[in-house]
Amino acid sequence: MGTSTESLVSARGLAKRFGDFDAVRGIDLDVRPGEAFGFLGPNGAGKSSTMRMIACVSPRTGGELTVLGMDPSRDGPAIRGRLGVVPQQDNLDTELTVRENLHVYGRYFGLSKAHVRAKATELIEFAQLADRSDAEVETLSGGMKRRLTIARSLINDPELLLLDEPTTGLDPQARHLLWDRLFRLKQQGVTLIVTTHYMDEAEQLCDRLVVMDAGRIVAEGSPAELIAQHSTREVLELRFAAGTQDEQAVEGLAERVEVLPDRLLLYTTDGEASLAAVHRRGLTPVSSLVRRSTLEDVFLRLTGRTLVD
Amino acid sequence: MTTTAPETRVPERVGVLFRVLPTGMYAGRPSAVLERSFLVNRRTWLAVVSGFFEPLFFLFGLGYGFGALIGDVTGPGGEHISYVAFVAPALLAASAMNGAVTDATFNIFFRFKYARTYDAMLATPLGPLDVAIGEITWALIRGALYSAGFLAVMLGMGLLTSPWAVLALPAAVFVAVAFAAVGMACTTFMRSWQDFDLVNLAVMPMFLFSTTFFPLSVYPPALRVVVQCFPLYHAVEIMRGLCTGFVGLAMLGHLAYFVLMAAVGLVVAARRLGKLLLA
Amino acid sequence: MPTAITTPRAIRLVVEGQWTWYRRSWRASVVSSVLQPVLYLLALGIGVGTQIRPGGATGDLPYLQYLAPALVVASAVQTAAFESTFPVLSAFKWQRTYHGIAATPVSATQVALGQLAWVALRISVSAAAFLVVAGLLGALTSIGAVLSLVVATLTAVAFAAPVIAYSATIETEGQQFSVIFRFIVMPMTMFSGTFFPVEQLPEWVRPLVWLTPLWHGTELSRAVAFSTWEALGALGHLAFLLAMLAVGTHLAVRNFNRRLAI
Repeated sequence: MGTSTESLVSARGLAKRFGDFDAVRGIDLDVRPGEAFGFLGPNGAGKSSTMRMIACVSPRTGGELTVLGMDPSRDGPAIRGRLGVVPQQDNLDTELTVRENLHVYGRYFGLSKAHVRAKATELIEFAQLADRSDAEVETLSGGMKRRLTIARSLINDPELLLLDEPTTGLDPQARHLLWDRLFRLKQQGVTLIVTTHYMDEAEQLCDRLVVMDAGRIVAEGSPAELIAQHSTREVLELRFAAGTQDEQAVEGLAERVEVLPDRLLLYTTDGEASLAAVHRRGLTPVSSLVRRSTLEDVFLRLTGRTLVD
Repeated sequence: MTTTAPETRVPERVGVLFRVLPTGMYAGRPSAVLERSFLVNRRTWLAVVSGFFEPLFFLFGLGYGFGALIGDVTGPGGEHISYVAFVAPALLAASAMNGAVTDATFNIFFRFKYARTYDAMLATPLGPLDVAIGEITWALIRGALYSAGFLAVMLGMGLLTSPWAVLALPAAVFVAVAFAAVGMACTTFMRSWQDFDLVNLAVMPMFLFSTTFFPLSVYPPALRVVVQCFPLYHAVEIMRGLCTGFVGLAMLGHLAYFVLMAAVGLVVAARRLGKLLLA
Repeated sequence: MPTAITTPRAIRLVVEGQWTWYRRSWRASVVSSVLQPVLYLLALGIGVGTQIRPGGATGDLPYLQYLAPALVVASAVQTAAFESTFPVLSAFKWQRTYHGIAATPVSATQVALGQLAWVALRISVSAAAFLVVAGLLGALTSIGAVLSLVVATLTAVAFAAPVIAYSATIETEGQQFSVIFRFIVMPMTMFSGTFFPVEQLPEWVRPLVWLTPLWHGTELSRAVAFSTWEALGALGHLAFLLAMLAVGTHLAVRNFNRRLAI
């Protein structure tokens, strides 16, 4: 049953339509073994629909899709047996304790009781929930629930782990704790597919990513490649007093200017030099900031919108 | 973490069911879902046990309390029997109905819509049929335990007067299957908790008026026809006949009612579930 | 800026809050608190009633008329039990309504009293509706039934108060409520003299029955409805119900203060 191609996941013209709504409008992608692959895009870009098709819980309505060398529409159960899934919203079993959640979930995969027992202990350790192993799920904090959901998805030693918005809604400390756990998995050779609308998460976790917007892939590459390709090295952010922002005044000072409601973004190779030029023109911004380009800028360039509205 | 390579493949041979169904619907592992039910109920055992006492309280209260007030009533064969002997088989039928309907509506809806328990199950190799079979099996095991307990009490009270009563247990389970199938079919149409008022509105009057507590002859002729349409009426007739030994051809008619009910319920439930889960 | 709020006004606010929530689920409660007792009255009062000869046990009354003033109390207690369990847990835990109210000048004590007032209001309205239907069915013998309404409401809040106090201590919903309903409410309804005289029960069970608020309420309700009451007995029943209400309210106030203290 082994994988016939190099890719763990391969899609050609993959599409999903709900009634009159096209959630995914024909995308091509390849996920290679051992890499961390990301879908970056705002809410409603089609990331979750794509993930659900890869997870074999939502049939595609067009195009080709191969997961672990098999066809989801024919081999769904066999593929799901080798996947780990962390859905956008935790769907832990609230009628069971932490340990029972892992145990029962392992049994769904047909694993032996002895194996599941040992594995559950190991994963509780991994999720840093050892002191809460007999607690009811409802009493856990948001970060703990998320870690348990990730631990649960590892019960069958998956070859491919799907994470849909893994850190949305968590506080900064909980996010870093979670990223640390995901790094360890990556080091152990688990292939990760992550969706996110946080550019910092995409930069932290992903070796390679695609930018999605309105059901389409608009760019593909490593974070550094994407930035080099679609943005300048530096960005100068200028804030002006209310009502005095005027993009005409900075014309010619940068390769490209983006106008946001509260500030101007000047794309340039040398931010300090551009700032000096701004001052020479007699402009007096309330504040200014020179920074490196990020994926947020790539997204703005490609779609004309910010990631988080 | 990746030291062992566990066997998580779908079994090659899982019987006829696996071969006749579209792939993905059934992985031959409803036992895993059943195992979950046992785990959940092990911790809430008191609530589970309490379900057995409810019909017993009814039996003691109505049977003995009314006993002195009522004396004898007309039984299925036209003979006079004590009120306890009259009401006990009907309570057995009603408790089979209540248990099945509660499981198939409230409990399923909670896990389906609110706790998203089934979403998690379907992300594993399990298919919708594993889930459905596992859940129904648990409901039936519990229902059978309640019925067996109730029948044991009836036996101790000398209310089982015919060898036919051995069939009362399988009959109760069969009645429960039919109610559960229809209940599950209805659940797939429910949008919110508000809709469950309608379940109550159907079950409660049926419990009171399906000749559970007084004979059909009390009703004016026009109403008798209405009562005879209720499924619980037929369940009560089956139980009363088996417990008192008045088994006639009419019994086949009552059974046919439930065969039809179970078939319609299962077909509708399976179609709707497939549609809802594979969006 | 006022820092406190008068108790009557606070209670009105809590009741209003509950009403907003209730408006969305009124259909369910019309079924469970009005239609259900009416159907019981039809099935048992009229249906089973055809099998029962009026005799000493029913005070020489037709069974329907014997049952009605007791059924209104039993049904009020059932509704009270429901209103004092899930909605209270929900207001603490899921909806966090109480926390919202307690963040305003309304005190925890006033929240507890408001909840109790809400139950009383709910009960009296549905009991009144039931009595009207019972009257139309010819189940009421005298105007004394109006007093049954008062008795039903009193019995219901007397039972509701300690249940609310208990619900306020529950952190996670497990099997507690099923146990209350099946091991307390249900047998109480069955054996407290609503459907048949307590004298039918074995002698050793009767002292247990005397401890239930429903038995006192039922005795009192029949006494006022049939005008068969005697001062001493009536006072005894009344004293029991009031004492239970007082103790229950005290516990509820204490537990609400503990739970809402931040």
